[in-house]
Amino acid sequence: MSGALIVGAGQAGVQLAVSMRDNGYDGSITLIGAEARPPYQRPPLSKAYLAGSADDASLYLRTEAFYSERRIAVWPAERVTRFHLTSSDAGVVLTDHGCTMVFDRLALTVGARPRRLDVPGTDLAGVCYLRTADDADRLRTHLAAARDVVVVGGGFIGLEVASVARSQGRHVTVVEVADRLLGRAVAPVVSEFYRQAHTRRGTAIRVGAGVAGIEGTTGRVTGVLLDDGTRIPADVVLVGVGVVPRTELAEQLGLDCAGGIVVDEQARTSDPAVVAAGDCTVAPNPMTGAGLVRLESMPNAISQARVAAATIAGAPPPVPEVPWFWSNQHDLRLQIAGIADGYDHLEVHGEPDEERFAVRYYRQGRLLAVNAVNSARDYLVARKELAANRLGGERLLGA
Amino acid sequence: MPKVTYVATDGSRRTIDATVGDSVMSTAVRNGVSGIVGECGGNMSCATCHVYVDEEFAEPVGPPGDLEDAMLDLGVADRRATSRLSCQIALTEVLDGLVVATPEEQG
Repeated sequence: MSGALIVGAGQAGVQLAVSMRDNGYDGSITLIGAEARPPYQRPPLSKAYLAGSADDASLYLRTEAFYSERRIAVWPAERVTRFHLTSSDAGVVLTDHGCTMVFDRLALTVGARPRRLDVPGTDLAGVCYLRTADDADRLRTHLAAARDVVVVGGGFIGLEVASVARSQGRHVTVVEVADRLLGRAVAPVVSEFYRQAHTRRGTAIRVGAGVAGIEGTTGRVTGVLLDDGTRIPADVVLVGVGVVPRTELAEQLGLDCAGGIVVDEQARTSDPAVVAAGDCTVAPNPMTGAGLVRLESMPNAISQARVAAATIAGAPPPVPEVPWFWSNQHDLRLQIAGIADGYDHLEVHGEPDEERFAVRYYRQGRLLAVNAVNSARDYLVARKELAANRLGGERLLGA
Repeated sequence: MPKVTYVATDGSRRTIDATVGDSVMSTAVRNGVSGIVGECGGNMSCATCHVYVDEEFAEPVGPPGDLEDAMLDLGVADRRATSRLSCQIALTEVLDGLVVATPEEQG
């Protein structure tokens, strides 16, 4: 008998399987994942897990008993190499170990891979990326023996790793090519706060600095060469310069892709019989319904997967969520709700210098998003406001 | 191994053998206890793991911290005297037999 096939066993894949059962889907469910570990959560990989304060088992999303009780077959360490569609929504899949499976419902939750740094020297030992638990294990081992750490990329992954490394007493330099940290995610006032906060804690921050190459001797990294000729010593280099969604399988299926697998508000791809969720997708902005955005976050993976599960099971869609995100760096807890794109006005509440403040983003007087640092109350108040705005606002008028 | 019992709003109970050091939230999520979402993985960011601690265990479990206090005030579910975020309750042998109730709606 055929059933549902979910390709990609990360947060989105697991949530999709669980929510399909919650929605009463009774067919078989198979979850195929390329990694050898049971399905696990990624956010701790750059935080508690990297720091050594959370163990392997604490990463696992569900117990084995849970999967078998809910009749969710998990196939780890299998990579899908080919699809063969027999009709618009049924087909056969082939994995790299030669396993085949027939399905009549297909979901893609294949995630993203780290963007590679395109300079000489990235193959030297000690140059690390961070996406999987194996990557985190490798990075942790390298960090334990390191003196000088260079982080290439001043985004969330880079700054979280810099925080862990600095807390362990390493000399840490963050190199960011743009003129400020977290440039894609937050306003300049928040970028400047993080530059100062990391500097206060002894991390060197270099913005507007491009990497010309990574240098080494006898196959091991010894330093990073910047565009301006500066050399920064390094025993470990962590590259965190964004991710590239895995669209290969979707392209093989002829699905529309545009910087991610294009899905609609019901998580349907351009073939309405195939759904997709998580980091591999681009979807209409969940706050405005307009444009296509890629939200690389665990909350989005969960939220989209719930929608996709309802679509497959023919159940009513869940109430849409306000997108949210968090980042822990040292003792700084950043919480973000909403999407700030297109803001025309900012309000800063509290004192950045006291490391406790919130920034509210508005467009035409309407709240779009909040960034709260060590101020959960501001975050929660804004999140409630955004949820109320959304339900009563322009989304419904446009629907 | 400490046992934790989760009581749903319909009165149904589910008891799980937990591991010392795991949180009441992660134990629930990993074992598929309904009523506890725990979206943020225990980072006190989502307030979707709100529970009502049984009176008998209110003292050993203790009160919420400052940040948790704010989250409980502003979360989805109604706050009561023994409200806690279950991601902030780490299980110990002392808490063996712990009973928590889950709210009507969260997350």
